[in-house]
Amino acid sequence: MFGTYLYRELSNRRKQTAIIAAGMALAIALVMIVNGVAAGVRDAQATVLASVYGVGTDITVTQEPIQPGGGEEGAPQEGPRFEFGAEDGDTANGTTALSQSSLTSGIGSSTFDADALTTALSLDSVAAATATLALSNVSFSGEVAAPTTTDTGETAPGEGTQQGGRGGPDGAGGSAFNVDTFTVTGIDVAGESVGPLTSVELVDGRAFESSDSDANVVILDTSYATTSSLTVGDSLEIGGEEFEVIGTVTSTSADATTASNTYIPLDTAQRVADLENQISTVYVQAASSTDIAAVQTALQTELPDASVKTQEDLASSVSGSLSTASDLVGKLGTWLSIIVLAAAFLISVLLTTSGVARRTREFGTLKAIGWSNGAVVRQVAGESLVQGAIGGVIGVAIGLLGILAINIAAPVLSASATATATTGQGAGAGGGGGGNRFGDAATTAAATTDIALQIPVTFGIIGIAVALAILGGLIAGAFGGWRAARLRPAEALRSVA
Amino acid sequence: MYELSELTKKYETKRGPISALNKVTLSIPTGQMVAIQGPTGGGKSTLLQMLGALERPTSGTVTLGGEELSAMPDSRLAEIRARTIGFVFQGFNLIPTLTAQENVETALAPLGLSNSDRRLRARAALEKVGLGERLTHHPAELSGGQQQRVAIARALVKEPKVLLADEPTGNLDEQTRDEIMELLEGLWRDEGLTLIIVTHDSAVAKRAERRLYLKHGSVTEKK
Ligand SMILES: Nc1ncnc2c1ncn2[C@@H]1O[C@H](COP(=O)(O)OP(=O)(O)OP(=O)(O)O)[C@@H](O)[C@H]1O
Ligand SMILES: [Mg+2]
Repeated sequence: MFGTYLYRELSNRRKQTAIIAAGMALAIALVMIVNGVAAGVRDAQATVLASVYGVGTDITVTQEPIQPGGGEEGAPQEGPRFEFGAEDGDTANGTTALSQSSLTSGIGSSTFDADALTTALSLDSVAAATATLALSNVSFSGEVAAPTTTDTGETAPGEGTQQGGRGGPDGAGGSAFNVDTFTVTGIDVAGESVGPLTSVELVDGRAFESSDSDANVVILDTSYATTSSLTVGDSLEIGGEEFEVIGTVTSTSADATTASNTYIPLDTAQRVADLENQISTVYVQAASSTDIAAVQTALQTELPDASVKTQEDLASSVSGSLSTASDLVGKLGTWLSIIVLAAAFLISVLLTTSGVARRTREFGTLKAIGWSNGAVVRQVAGESLVQGAIGGVIGVAIGLLGILAINIAAPVLSASATATATTGQGAGAGGGGGGNRFGDAATTAAATTDIALQIPVTFGIIGIAVALAILGGLIAGAFGGWRAARLRPAEALRSVA
Repeated sequence: MYELSELTKKYETKRGPISALNKVTLSIPTGQMVAIQGPTGGGKSTLLQMLGALERPTSGTVTLGGEELSAMPDSRLAEIRARTIGFVFQGFNLIPTLTAQENVETALAPLGLSNSDRRLRARAALEKVGLGERLTHHPAELSGGQQQRVAIARALVKEPKVLLADEPTGNLDEQTRDEIMELLEGLWRDEGLTLIIVTHDSAVAKRAERRLYLKHGSVTEKK
């Protein structure tokens, strides 16, 4: 009887059923798409972050640079400084050929004592931790006119311009030189389960081995290797020393570049950059995702000067159209779905309660002929639930079509994430003839990535849709049922007129 | 069948309480056919609601087959309505979206019968009222007389002890009225029902064994 009655009601009151179902369908499809896009954007952010921080990193520990002037630990590093004495270089035909490279930590970034890694590893709930030293290599090579110039390279503090070709008066001697900057990351050769190299795969050559400790070997990011025409077996000058290229790596996420242009053993990096026992980032993996907050708090307590960030904090460092999309989905999308959802719920509640009011005599009659209150309420609620379910099914279908359409269109979002904040401070007046400072090029670990938005279709999204459909049905059914429950059986005798 | 004692029903309205029934004391033996007449607003429908266990009295008691109705919880009243009492209304009160047979089946729904049992009994009840050919018709496809026949089938399909009818012929023309009254009288005689009919129509009332007159909430016997 329940089923027959329900079917008859819904099929005979098609208009009401259609309006309620359509409202629910629209709302559910919207919620699915908004949630889906949000998940897609989150995935994209995770990809970008993974390319910088590696897979499995829950927390990173860095140290914010303190204001310049200190010079003690934690002070921002100055930019590389090239000083060429009069005797340097081979002078021939009135020009002097010069070449020098310098390895320093990035300007505006700071290094800290490697004890932080020991501290992190000693904490409970830390599954793994590793430390890296992010550096920047600036190499200068070229020819300058032999007579030194009068230029003193005055540069306003904070400007940090890269001044090339100040070698001589206009045309005089004809100077030409290159300034090449690339990022160098010193990493533990033991192959930790966290850290930047967990999100890369080997393209050529080999990965680090324990025996590489303190050796002058380097692994290159494939795209850097390509642009600088280097292959395995070649040599590369870093910080004035010769390094042998032993391998090339690429990001496991399709389009992303890896976190650094080059990777060298951590102890080598510390030695060459003259930063004994210094590191710039500790990558920490918590034992489980529920431990992350506790580990973060513990680390912050143990390392009061450090900046301890979770992946969630780091996600906010992702910039570009990806973060715009993320904001848009987060704010507009959420509000839009809440409004449409509320409207759909309201419509179904209003139509259901007015339907019950219209059927006062019908339900009164059923009660008069012996139907229990529960049976009448069940009937009303059942109708609402089925209307919600119809809306849910249509909504899931529309939502899946919408997600499919977005996945086919695959809008490309660009994003860049920067592991260490780069601030443009540090450039000052150059000292000595031709002594220039390079105030930029401080990116210690940055990845710019184009990622095609792909919405994952998960049971979660479909589950949310189904839950909303049921919720909508329940809410409408509750209101309708409540009204129906309050009807007196004597309503059956109300005069017809 | 019924024992009414000092039965009073007051309705609270904005213009003060209205006494719809005023200390009605009455006895209706099993199997009697009673007509209730009286002016509009006299309390006829209110009395029928008390007899049908639809409303509780303000004071006084209603006893049906030895059971005191006003003391029972709602769920027990619903059960009594489902098993013991049949109702026929002036406006037929059929459910428009259900077929004739399904409308009759609604009366059997609370009894927990099997689907096939329910269908068989509904079909038999409709055949008894002469609508064996109209099982799948919707109320809108039936004439007023036919609709009231469906309603009568719905009231009787559960084989109640009492049949209460509020103006069952009020919406019908004279010829149909007589047909319906023939039907009700026949069923009353065959089934041994207690039949209580509220009516304005003297022609209907004349058929009853006993006529009651209800005015200002008070009952008098009419000869
Ligand atoms: N639910 C109610 N609330 C307030 N007053 C009511 C209610 N039901 C009935 N009444 C009042 O009780 C009195 C008796 O009403 P009742 O419906 O029993 O009269 P009736 O004899 O059936 O009249 P009619 O012949 O017009 O059907 C009337 O004055 C009516 O206004
Ligand atoms: Mg009346």
